[in-house]
Amino acid sequence: MKLIAAMSGGVDSAVAAARAVEAGHEVIGVHLALAANPQKYRSGARGCCTIEDSHDARRAADVIGIPFYIWDMAEEFHDGVVEDFLAEYSAGRTPNPCLRCNEKIKFAAVLDRARAMGYDGVVTGHYARTQIGPDGKTLHRAVDHSKDQSYVLSVLTIEQINGAIFPLGDTTKVDIRAEAERRGLAVAQKPDSHDICFVPSGDNAGWLRDRLGSEVGPIVDQDGNKIGEHKGAYTYTIGQRKGLGLTVPTADGSPRFVLKIEPVSNTVVVGAREDLAITTMRGERPVWCGPAVGSEVKSGFVQIRAHGAALPCTYSFDGNLLVATLEEPLLGLATGQAMVIYDGDRVVGSATVCETQ
Amino acid sequence: MPSIYVDHAATTPLSPAAFKAISSQLQQLGNPSSLHTHGRATRKVLEDARESIAREVGSLPSEVIFTASGTEANNIALKGLWWSRKAQGKSVVVISAIEHHAILDPAHWLETHEGAEVIHIPVDVHGVIKLDFFKNLIAQRGDEIAVISIMHSNNETGVIQPIQELVSLAGDIPVHTDAVQSFKKVPLSYKDLGVTALTLSAHKVGGPLGIGVLILQRAYEIPALLHGGGQEREIRSGTLNAPSIVAFSAAASEEYPSSDVQRLRDNFISAVHAAIPDAYINGEVSQRLPGIVNITFPGTQSDTLLLLLDNAHVSASTGSACSAGVHEASHVLLAMGHTEATAQSSLRFSFGAASTQADVDFVMSVLPDVIATGRAAHLK
Repeated sequence: MKLIAAMSGGVDSAVAAARAVEAGHEVIGVHLALAANPQKYRSGARGCCTIEDSHDARRAADVIGIPFYIWDMAEEFHDGVVEDFLAEYSAGRTPNPCLRCNEKIKFAAVLDRARAMGYDGVVTGHYARTQIGPDGKTLHRAVDHSKDQSYVLSVLTIEQINGAIFPLGDTTKVDIRAEAERRGLAVAQKPDSHDICFVPSGDNAGWLRDRLGSEVGPIVDQDGNKIGEHKGAYTYTIGQRKGLGLTVPTADGSPRFVLKIEPVSNTVVVGAREDLAITTMRGERPVWCGPAVGSEVKSGFVQIRAHGAALPCTYSFDGNLLVATLEEPLLGLATGQAMVIYDGDRVVGSATVCETQ
Repeated sequence: MPSIYVDHAATTPLSPAAFKAISSQLQQLGNPSSLHTHGRATRKVLEDARESIAREVGSLPSEVIFTASGTEANNIALKGLWWSRKAQGKSVVVISAIEHHAILDPAHWLETHEGAEVIHIPVDVHGVIKLDFFKNLIAQRGDEIAVISIMHSNNETGVIQPIQELVSLAGDIPVHTDAVQSFKKVPLSYKDLGVTALTLSAHKVGGPLGIGVLILQRAYEIPALLHGGGQEREIRSGTLNAPSIVAFSAAASEEYPSSDVQRLRDNFISAVHAAIPDAYINGEVSQRLPGIVNITFPGTQSDTLLLLLDNAHVSASTGSACSAGVHEASHVLLAMGHTEATAQSSLRFSFGAASTQADVDFVMSVLPDVIATGRAAHLK
């Protein structure tokens, strides 16, 4: 196949590209320039898309022996990922930008462009696997569960999965680093990137405050009594306990947690730990990574964070919303998060949480 | 599989004579600043080279200052002339809107670090600087101008600028010209142009990478950027790179086949017009260098085109600067009235002494498909 390897400048995408070449594909490396004003250097594990990262990607491509190009996707990234991230927070939800980037950039803008240019698919260094079965190509967890990234890929449609190649899904991260070393790739020991790539300082709350302002508002209990003040509702997350600065203690001295963020009234609602508990979640805009889910109730697992646990549940689709009911109550789930359904290690599909109870 | 190179304005093959000269000089021992036999032997060939380059560019040998690049020569000229004139209370830098970054950036640096005021002379749609604007500027603010730097020909479009007229309008204000692209390609005489300073670069004419020249009138004692051994009139300290200098001289002494190169370039233009009717040439009606053509292919994106061409074994470029590897919309094309979109749909093809009709034919065998695919990818 003719493939485009998306190369971030990190160790994973470098090894993925090398493996695709070794598998006999015709591969070119492409680094996506996502920041309109990239920083020169990475500071530790923070951020990505610096000029240094693009140099690392180029060097890896040269060592592997494949052509290398840089694609400017800064505008697409800003419109599809950064703006979405801000809009979601403004609406009181907690988005996952990596998911949005996979959905709108890596396996949309890049894959579309690749196909238009005569390429068959996109290779990435994501830790996930695909399998060809009776239902076509399906998406699965990586062998290395601690590095599994199937959660952030759960927004891919079958069409997108068909154009995606994940050569690392069968290997652990430790082995990938060793392999990079053997292949003479200088990025073998480069630190993993964490945090949100477009917030290089790692200070999400500060970044949001700079862009959305820090309008002071009330923190109230469930009866609506004001018991404190916040500096920008979106800097809080559901289930947060620390840093609330409440002035009125509870009668029994028990701690309070953020239960709800109401953007319209700019209010943060707090309450007892048990009030965080939910057993049912509903998600909108579902995407199926294989056969569509119907109204029939099935057993499986739901995951609500990128590296969270897979929680046993039953699930069904009512024609509008994806509904998952948990076996055990869960504490703290924010709307805007992705609920990803698994059947064993297969990704069934995902939806954006819009209601919990 | 052939691999076709149509990016001679970026760099062009080392000429056989230059290769021979650099190879043999690399085996010679001697620092040209040493006074003993070995040093004198190196100094001898180095000064031969200086005289020969001076002849080629119409200057005195003593006006030739060797540098490590055209960029360095531009920096020395612009900053040095500005500093020396600043002492006389003049602080305005006049450049054109289409200068190479090796002038744009030092001018910007003078503005942000030294308090210079930078004025950009606009160009018309054909890519030629507006002399009327310049004339008015001289009339109104001539007393404040420290230095003027206008390129002899543009690296992206090949459009030649009216330097001689500019010099006569400038009166006694020092004028520098970046002649990196013009040297050997079109008639170029430092003396006839009447400029104060002029920049050359070896690797654009078949010499090695990493060697440049600043021609500077003897009368100008300008502050140095590099201080040290006092070489090159104390304007550019550093041990002279004798192997590269003799190779530059060897390359510069060779005849450049201007009319052959221009014929190939024009054949290419005709073929592009025939195969891709909506493509258009930037600066088509202007006087241009023989080897360069800049073409806009509406509805495409240049980075996609370059990838597809590279895949088809054709090395071309946009000719404009990259920021973090991302092609910016060319400031040259924008200055000529392009929109961001059309500027981003343009490529530079440049031919050299070694180019052949087979190169043109090969490029034309792949270009129409590349443009069609590029358009489809851009629509996505």
